[in-house]
Amino acid sequence: MQVEEKEFKPTIVAFCCNWCSYAGADLSGTNRLQYPANVKIIRIPCSCRLNPMFILRAFQRGADGVILCGCHPGDCHYTTGNYYARRRMTLLFSMLDFLGIEKERTRVEWVSAAEGQKFAETMNDFVATVTKLGENHRLEDLRCKKQ
Amino acid sequence: MQEAMIARAKELLADGSVSRVMGWKKGEFSYDISPAVFENADQLVDFVYDDFCGANVSKYLINESKKEGKILAFLKPCDSYSFAQLLKEHRIDREKVYVIGIPSYGKADINKIRAKGIDGVLGIKSEGTDFIVDTIYGEEKIAKFEAMSERCLTCKSKKHVDVDEMMGEEGEWNAESKRFDKVAELEAMTPDERFEFWRGELSRCIRCNACRNVCPACTCVSCVFDNPNSDINNKAAASSFEENMFHIIRAFHVAGRCTDCGECSRVCPQNIPLHLLNRKFIKDINELYGQYQAGANADEKYPMVNFTFDDCEPGIVYKRGGNQ
Repeated sequence: MQVEEKEFKPTIVAFCCNWCSYAGADLSGTNRLQYPANVKIIRIPCSCRLNPMFILRAFQRGADGVILCGCHPGDCHYTTGNYYARRRMTLLFSMLDFLGIEKERTRVEWVSAAEGQKFAETMNDFVATVTKLGENHRLEDLRCKKQ
Repeated sequence: MQEAMIARAKELLADGSVSRVMGWKKGEFSYDISPAVFENADQLVDFVYDDFCGANVSKYLINESKKEGKILAFLKPCDSYSFAQLLKEHRIDREKVYVIGIPSYGKADINKIRAKGIDGVLGIKSEGTDFIVDTIYGEEKIAKFEAMSERCLTCKSKKHVDVDEMMGEEGEWNAESKRFDKVAELEAMTPDERFEFWRGELSRCIRCNACRNVCPACTCVSCVFDNPNSDINNKAAASSFEENMFHIIRAFHVAGRCTDCGECSRVCPQNIPLHLLNRKFIKDINELYGQYQAGANADEKYPMVNFTFDDCEPGIVYKRGGNQ
C-alpha cells in the first residue's frame, strides 16, 4: 500500500480594507498578476474594523495565517482608522508571540488601491512563509478540523 | 489601624457626611475576607482591616455611587489607581464617594502561608519585617517576603492618586519595582518554551470567570464572553483554543486601562499567573508608546485611544525580543 503524500497548502485569510487593499486586489486581478488561490479575502470597511477576536476566530476555523491589509498610514478613508489598527495589531501580535504562537503567521501590510503589484507580491511572500511554517497547531480547534 | 478606621467611619456616619461605608468583613474563615458595605454604625462591629484585606474595593463603587447618599471608601494605593481609572472612564460619580487613603505595606497570601506548613489560621498581625500568624496551635512567625503575595513583593506604588483624606503615612512611587522581571524572563525564552509554559498554566483554567468579574477595568455591563451566540459564553473551555482565546481577549480588552492591581491572579482558584498577560501589555505599551500608568493622570489619553503619526509598525514584533 502506498501512502499518498499530500502537499501542504495553507489557508490564508486576508482582511482587506474596502477603500484600498480590496481595490488593490482587484487591480492585481485585472493586471493578470498571479497570487495563490488559497488566499481568502474578507472585505472590511476599514483596517480598524478588525477586532482581535476576528483573527483568533480565523485561526480557530482553520486558517494557517492571517494578514491584514489597509491603507498606508495617513491615507485612511476615515482619516485616522489605520493608526488605531496599527497600535492594536502591534500589541496583539506581541501577545501572540508571548504565548509562543509563531509570529510569522500574522502580518500587517499597507497596500493602496494603486498597488496591485505589491498586493500580489505580498500574498506570494506571505503564502511562502506560512507554507514553510506548516500547519497551524498552536491556535487550532480540533472540533473545527476537517478530516 | 482597624480601630482608627472604625472610629473615623463612625464619626463621618454620625455627622451625616456619609451614609454608608465600604470596607471589608470576615468570611467563613479569618483569611477569606470579602468586601462589604456597612449601612450604619452598629454594623461596623464586623469591619476588619488586616493583612489579609487584599481585595480591591474600587469596582464596587460603580454601583454604590449610583445609589442614594454618599459612601465612604477606604482605598489602598493600588485600589486608588483603579478608582482613578474608573473616574476617568466616567463609571463612578466622584461626588458620591468620600475617599480615605490608607497605607498598605504588603498583603499576605494565604497559599504561601499554608505552603510553609502553617495551618489553622485565626488571624494575622504585622510586626516589622515579619507577619505574626495566630493559629489554633499558637503563634507562628513568618518573614514578610516569604508570605507576601507576588503583587505586593513587586509593588509599583505606595502613593495614592485621588483621596479626600489620608490616614497614616502617604508613600512614594516605587521606581525600583521589579514587576516586569518575570515577563522579561519569559520573553527571553524560545517560542516553544513559552508555548509549553502557557499551555501548562492556561490548561488549568476552569473558566469560572473570576478574573473577569473581579477586574476593576472589566466593567462592561454586557460582556463579550456572555454573548449566547459566541459559543464560549460562561462555560468551561472545551479546547486549548478556547483557553488561549479567553485569556488573550480578556487581557486585550483591558490593555492600556489595566492599573496592574493584580486582582486577577489573587482570585484565580487555579493560581494561574494571569497578571503576567496584563503586565506584558503594560510593558509593551511602556516600551513602544512611552511610559504610561493607567489611573495616574486624569487628563492623559490612554494609549489604545491615542496614536502618533510615527508609531512603530506591527512588524516590529518580528524583530524584537526572544530567541528563535
